[in-house]
Amino acid sequence: MGLKQNLHNLKEKYRGTNFEQGFNALHTFLYLPNTTTYGGTHIKDATDLKRVMNTVIMAMVPVLIFGMFNAGFQYYSQINGFPEGISFLSSEFWTLANLLIGAEKILPLVIVSYGVGLGIEFIFATVNKHEVEEGYLVTGMLVPLIVPIDLPLWMLAVGVAFGVIIGKELFGGTGMNVLNPALTIRAFLFFNWAAWMSGDKVWVYGAVDGVKKAGGVDAISGETILGTLAANQTPNFTASDMFFGMIPGSVGETSTFLILLGAAWLVFTGIGSARIMISAVVGAIVMGLIFNGIVDAGVITETSKFYGLMSFPFWQHLIIGGLAFGIVFMATDPVSAAQTNQGKIIYGFLIGFIGILIRVFNPAYPEGIMMAILLMNVFAPTIDHYVVQGNVKKRMKRLKTQTA
Amino acid sequence: MSKDIRIKKGLDLKLKGNAELQISDVSRSKVYAIKPSDFHGVIPKMIVKEGAIVKAGEAIFYSKNDESVKFASPVSGKIQEIKRGDKRVILEILIAADSQDNHLEHSKKTPKDLSSEEVKAHLLASGCWPFVKQRPYDVIASSEDTPRAIFVSGINSAPLAADLNFTMKGKQDALTAGFTALTKLTSGKVHVTVSPSADFMPNVDGVSIHKGQGVHPVGLVSTQIAKIDPINKGEKVWTIQMEDVAIIGEFFLTGKFNVQRTVALAGTGFKKPSYVNVIIGAQMTDVVADNLHDGNFRIISGDVLTGTTKSKEDFLGFYTNTVTSIPEGDDYDFFGWNIPRPNKFSVYRANMFSFLTPNKKYDLNTNTNGEHRAFVLTGDYEKVFPLDIFPVQLLKAILVKDIDEMEALGIYEVAPEDFALTEYICASKQDHQRIIRHGLDVMIDEVG
Repeated sequence: MGLKQNLHNLKEKYRGTNFEQGFNALHTFLYLPNTTTYGGTHIKDATDLKRVMNTVIMAMVPVLIFGMFNAGFQYYSQINGFPEGISFLSSEFWTLANLLIGAEKILPLVIVSYGVGLGIEFIFATVNKHEVEEGYLVTGMLVPLIVPIDLPLWMLAVGVAFGVIIGKELFGGTGMNVLNPALTIRAFLFFNWAAWMSGDKVWVYGAVDGVKKAGGVDAISGETILGTLAANQTPNFTASDMFFGMIPGSVGETSTFLILLGAAWLVFTGIGSARIMISAVVGAIVMGLIFNGIVDAGVITETSKFYGLMSFPFWQHLIIGGLAFGIVFMATDPVSAAQTNQGKIIYGFLIGFIGILIRVFNPAYPEGIMMAILLMNVFAPTIDHYVVQGNVKKRMKRLKTQTA
Repeated sequence: MSKDIRIKKGLDLKLKGNAELQISDVSRSKVYAIKPSDFHGVIPKMIVKEGAIVKAGEAIFYSKNDESVKFASPVSGKIQEIKRGDKRVILEILIAADSQDNHLEHSKKTPKDLSSEEVKAHLLASGCWPFVKQRPYDVIASSEDTPRAIFVSGINSAPLAADLNFTMKGKQDALTAGFTALTKLTSGKVHVTVSPSADFMPNVDGVSIHKGQGVHPVGLVSTQIAKIDPINKGEKVWTIQMEDVAIIGEFFLTGKFNVQRTVALAGTGFKKPSYVNVIIGAQMTDVVADNLHDGNFRIISGDVLTGTTKSKEDFLGFYTNTVTSIPEGDDYDFFGWNIPRPNKFSVYRANMFSFLTPNKKYDLNTNTNGEHRAFVLTGDYEKVFPLDIFPVQLLKAILVKDIDEMEALGIYEVAPEDFALTEYICASKQDHQRIIRHGLDVMIDEVG
């Protein structure tokens, strides 16, 4: 009797009991189930939602690992001073010490995110007698990547519980939610504990605790580039730092390079929508160019509080903050995005466009992509409605010419 | 005017076990059966009783809703049993066959010289009428209608489906007579779509022949209707299978209702995939005979996308031109949901590498490869769906029974089979064909 047979016997034993859903979730994680087609097509594609979700997670793994190294790198750099001439492949970056700092801070975030979220999914599945759905596998990975490293774990737990219950399960679970669950969680955290989710204290490990240099000066200032720009100062990082991601920021958002790799993987596998990604980038560039144009025309001068962000070169907007991460991993969430092909182009464009707009004009919170995506999540069904109406009108017109 | 139809949005599933172009011998079944479930929406009213002696072509029941539509016995013999299920629903009518068919003799007629009414009456009397289906709704045509047009597909593009060039060989005369009869039934045209390599299609006055090429579903008649002359609300068109046009034609030529088809036996369940000549309603065990491998195989009356599961004791379906047998997939697969599986096929590239070998043939089994979930992915169905319809939106409109929306989104233009490919690729493992059938039934009830 092998493992397969034993598990099969257990499955039969638990059928109809309260253990059924929980056991099946674990069982189907080990073994593709033995169900066969019934009543429809006799064969089915090899891909199911588990495989899809797994593919998305694979796209995020490089970003997570980089985030751990970067957390340590930012910490030591602030204490010991930034090493000169650092690059993506420098040995000073990929050190064990850096990784350990990151792992110590980030793995607990991952564990809490998955533990709380999946726990709630299991409870809902058991109570409602449906299968445990895979949607949270991706959400649970996204959440640690879009929060500041110093976020207290209990806040994360409360946020995840809110996001999963209110943002998803109340609507009927995976596939039924209106808003992206990961962003719902982030928005909840942001509006409840803004001091922990923004500002200049939370982006680098140790800033909150006020690690002191000899002489009693705060050693660590965890300000992001967006924060610096919003304060009308010039950031201290090169474009290459920004692109490769050796900058402060949420855990997974900093490395545009690795996010692009993830995007390439998602588009290649056919899981992520290239339409949304490309049109969102175009939208961001258009808005960035408009602001650059306004500055060049002399409408906004250096005394304006918007000058820092408006004069920032449009292409560099793409490689700082959460813009790239949001566009690649969250705007493309098929459940909350527009569903028609033309709708996706409009939806993506507006995300990029509004994202930069909010980034520049919102002094309290210089990161607009979260709000832009949530806003467009709400409008996605409306966009789809008008696209579908186009098809309906075509049909009506055909009917009229036929009967005329 | 002839049209060229090219279908790019679709999918040719390449399966092992294509039927060899030769006819294998099978013995005549002792028992034949007609199953009312083959005729969707028909409530049968029996004409004969158990124990009655019938000739081949003699009516055994009629449709309650359209009494002139009669269903005839495919063979001569004795009504052995009328099997009933819950609420006395008739499940199947078993006929113990004589060793030689004794046909009910109708008069031979030349369709060219007949009027529309005469053709119709002749078809209704013969038992050939159930071959004629109508769109919208994909049900047997009402005998009182005159359709705007009649469409016949001359391409079987489904995986492993019978090759019409082979099965229609030598049936030119029957097809000519059949198509001539069809031209009498419509006020418009009879449209036939064949592949460029087809050689069986005769030229008949009043029949437009179109060329169709590309991937499946180019052979589905909805695809062809959409490209040639789409259905609008309130219109009716009829569709008939090419094989059945030949049966109708033969009936006009000989006066006999002879429902013998050349059926493909395909799939890896067969030792020697080939063709057989069988009468519809034959028992499966005689159709597959000793050609079937031992082991756990599923027998399907029809193709792998739209057919129905049959046991050996079951009977060949009324419209079937293919019998497929593929391995059952009722086994667990260790980590089968995430690691690459070279023996399986996927249109996605999510850790699946079947895109690297586009010409490889697969031996797919009946495993669902995952569990049923809500709709999540978007934009994928459209890649295998050539109709100008939003598939997910239509499916969702049906699920919430929004009749206006279903109508606006084009439910009149589809049949369940059109959603077979979207169902195949669905990562959420939703049963699209059942949903569409349900939607059509709701429309029949509400709109009629």
